[in-house]
Amino acid sequence: MPVSHRISMTNLRKLVFVAAALAAIVPSGLHAQQNKPWEKIPVPKLHDFHPQQPKRIELKNGIVVFLQEDHELPFVSGSVLIPGGSRDEEPAKAGFIGLYGQTWRTSGTANMDGDAMDDLLESKAAHIEASGDDDSTAISWDSLKGDSDQVFSLAIDLLFHPKFSAEKLELAQQQEATGIVRRNDDEDGIAQRESAKLVYGANSPYTRQPELATIGAVKLADLQAWHDKTLKGKLIVGISGDFDPAAMEAKVRAAFEGLPAVTPLPPRHDEFSGPTPGVYFIDKEDVNQSNVQIVGIGVDRRNPDVAAIAVMNEILGGGFGSRLFQKVRTQLGLAYAVGGGFGLTYDHPGTFQVEVLTKSASTVDATKAAMTEIAGMSTTAVTADELERAKGNILNSFIFRYDTREKVLAESERLEFYGYPADYLDTYEAGLKKVTQADVAAAVKKYLHPDKLAILVVGNGPEIKPGLDALDMGTPKPIDITIPGAAGPPGAGGPAEK
Amino acid sequence: MQHKFSRRFLNGLLSIVLASAAWSGAHGQDLKSFEQRITTKVLPNGLTLIICERPDAPVFSFNTLVDAGDVNDPTGESGLAHMFEHLAFKGTTEIGTKDYPAEKVALEKVEAANDAYEAEYLKPVGRDDQKLAELKKAFLAAQAEAEKYVIPNQFTEVAEANGVNDLNAETGLDDTQYFWSMPENRLELWAWMESGRLADVVPREFYKERDVVMEERRMRVDSDPIGRLIEQFVATAYVAHNYGRSSIGWPSEVGQITATEAMAFHKKYYAGGDVVVAVVGDVDAKTAMPMLEEYFGRVPAGPKPEEMTTVEPKQFAEKSLVIQEQTQPFYIEGYHRPSYKDPDDAVYDAIGDIMSNGRVSRLYRSLVEQQQIAAEAQGFSPFPGEKYPSLFAFYAVPLPGHTPAEMRDAIHKEIEKLKTTDVTDAELQMYKTRTRADLLRGLGDNSGLAASLAAFQTRYGDWRELFLQLDKVDKVTKADIRRVANLVFVPSNRTTAEIDTEPPAAAAKKDGGAH
Repeated sequence: MPVSHRISMTNLRKLVFVAAALAAIVPSGLHAQQNKPWEKIPVPKLHDFHPQQPKRIELKNGIVVFLQEDHELPFVSGSVLIPGGSRDEEPAKAGFIGLYGQTWRTSGTANMDGDAMDDLLESKAAHIEASGDDDSTAISWDSLKGDSDQVFSLAIDLLFHPKFSAEKLELAQQQEATGIVRRNDDEDGIAQRESAKLVYGANSPYTRQPELATIGAVKLADLQAWHDKTLKGKLIVGISGDFDPAAMEAKVRAAFEGLPAVTPLPPRHDEFSGPTPGVYFIDKEDVNQSNVQIVGIGVDRRNPDVAAIAVMNEILGGGFGSRLFQKVRTQLGLAYAVGGGFGLTYDHPGTFQVEVLTKSASTVDATKAAMTEIAGMSTTAVTADELERAKGNILNSFIFRYDTREKVLAESERLEFYGYPADYLDTYEAGLKKVTQADVAAAVKKYLHPDKLAILVVGNGPEIKPGLDALDMGTPKPIDITIPGAAGPPGAGGPAEK
Repeated sequence: MQHKFSRRFLNGLLSIVLASAAWSGAHGQDLKSFEQRITTKVLPNGLTLIICERPDAPVFSFNTLVDAGDVNDPTGESGLAHMFEHLAFKGTTEIGTKDYPAEKVALEKVEAANDAYEAEYLKPVGRDDQKLAELKKAFLAAQAEAEKYVIPNQFTEVAEANGVNDLNAETGLDDTQYFWSMPENRLELWAWMESGRLADVVPREFYKERDVVMEERRMRVDSDPIGRLIEQFVATAYVAHNYGRSSIGWPSEVGQITATEAMAFHKKYYAGGDVVVAVVGDVDAKTAMPMLEEYFGRVPAGPKPEEMTTVEPKQFAEKSLVIQEQTQPFYIEGYHRPSYKDPDDAVYDAIGDIMSNGRVSRLYRSLVEQQQIAAEAQGFSPFPGEKYPSLFAFYAVPLPGHTPAEMRDAIHKEIEKLKTTDVTDAELQMYKTRTRADLLRGLGDNSGLAASLAAFQTRYGDWRELFLQLDKVDKVTKADIRRVANLVFVPSNRTTAEIDTEPPAAAAKKDGGAH
């Protein structure tokens, strides 16, 4: 499923700009003076809106199809979601899913190799792509309406009759190798990767990283075997755009109805213990800003307290009004990027992640300030103002979860994939409306444990003064990020001294 | 609040084409249908309002485009336009303050204290360190005094509490854009907020925000090897025009910008005639336009700022730049090309598309697939801006064991082919088809559409050009591509930059300061 197991950076950054608020940092006595002209502006009732739900068709073999008509533009797009992703790959072949996705598409089929497919599709401004994620792979396509029959046939051919090519596997391996030898060039990339490893463990199915040796171990036969195995799973087909629904249903049935009954993947039994608390350090001498990640183990969306946790997220690190933003960025001027909270995942615990990017010299100050705000969630009670604003933001912007037909379709597929009820969004919204100050306080107490968090700093050691010892959280533990087997000069961040 | 190097009118929508009748007629996505749904109005203050009705869902998006960016930063004040953009989130005389008259007095004292501190700090000789420390203390005290009147982030909090989505802004070299989406019943609230910050911004918390922008610089440039390389690459390519300056600002300059300077920039460049506001979504123009006119009418009128006179002189000799980094190698080169107003603008787009777009592109097929020396290779233009003569750039990411020199030679071979042999009919047609489809795809998104309408209205004085550009795209010929390639891709017009890998120098002799 294209929902990653942890808050991605993009999402984090987005969160920083899309959230709720508090003004209650201001002593209340000074507040009364302000005349608030914006409160006099009328907010009429929102226009009635009933988002169009896709038609759900369950085939006899268990495959589920969603059809979402949308005639605004002359395009048709579709996807087939296939259970099984990188968390299911062999540890000795970490990186397999990336190689599989790329090779599948670039190899093409017996009827048409990948290069010929590229030529044909690009001449029509159409696309077919394959991709892999941690819990799924997918094939997706889109084209102008006039080409949609042909592109659908091509995509189905690729789905059922791929012809994996050794040459294209080698190409994929080269590109993956480039990514591996370059992975220590990007400070933020290091911080995201290594902080996730602190939370889940370096060998966890969610964080183990591809190495030159593990991608080299992937053979052509592995790709076909994986393909044959996962295609027996519960496929989810989603199609949207400018099509005739009856004709499209017939076409999809013809393509998928003949498959045998689906075999669900066995349930996973992963262990999630969370990080060993403490301070971790990766030295990178070519930067002048520290990337600080404060991380812990989180929750998933089946958690009964998820609504309260979402509100807590907004108050702690969600937006301009959040405590972290107000303190670390606005009041102290110590960071451009600051924010975070619990990532809410669908079928396994996500991470708690707060990040601060600050100049080397203020690493300790900024980290302390962020930790103080995290701890402050339990010592400085959430005010009525904070609660109201956080809920206002989440609830008033809730419509942006389903304001386009594409989003409604994507949500339906997501809920189907993870086995959530189709009315999940309604239930969630109702839950959010009911959240009280006491609920947030209880969620803080239950889930936010500053003493169980790990702090990772990626930064320029000699410039960080005072040093990380000043955090009073024990001796910083160096993390070795040397890339095994990479030729040439060593990457940044060998074992730190002391 | 982000800063970007270049954007081709957002989302690559620029290189655009009128939908052919066969596709668009049935779907109401041609120029005529947009003319029926779009209302424009130029206010007496010069500000242009555009409303596009797209009532699919009860939401709207807007894009406010101010036709001034970091290219307009005065000498010695690089990064000023971006710094002002940050200020535009700090509120007005009505929002974000407990007592504006008192705050105003306090802010004037902050400026005086900063001036005194800076005068001492910048003394070429005879700086008195003790005096400097006292002045700094006085400056911090004045700031603290002014902050007593601030309700921090109230402007954005009100937006957030009212369901804002994707609130942000971007400052480019050419222009500055503010944007967000909201439920449609907040249209008037937004109009109050947006017109307020255009007309009535207050430079509060300016010096803290300057620290924030310095952190943004560290993130985007200083601590990112490609960021460092690109800043130097552009600075090397230009000798006269402001496109060569650091767009986020040289540290010594952006680090000393004052609130007074930012407000002077606002006065000069945020007058009505420099601003286009486009709104797309569930909005009824008949009722909304009079309301918007009233709010946006309060933006001051003002003379259009004088046009820039500097024109980058012709480059006479190839320039090269090598940066030693601890990171993996990288190669980029650029050739000067004319601005978007040049009659050959679409020809440059065609070259970019044929060389770079997707797995069929020439650079991918040659460097990635056949020679297997690069993980990625592309050409793109215009860069770093589009309003003034810019660059056509090519870059490649070497596979392990391959060098920037190999990238350069391989790119030059592909460029040479463009100069000596016509592209195929299929390639040219592919460019035209993809451009047309991309235009259509972009029409289904409130936010992207608002950005396109505001950009085309600003650049061409008419949003219709979004569709009318078709003509120029359709007229591109194979001969045009050869002619332009021969004109522009010559060694004396070239600047190259590369990262060569060096081992970590200080690794063995650090003092362990982090511990």
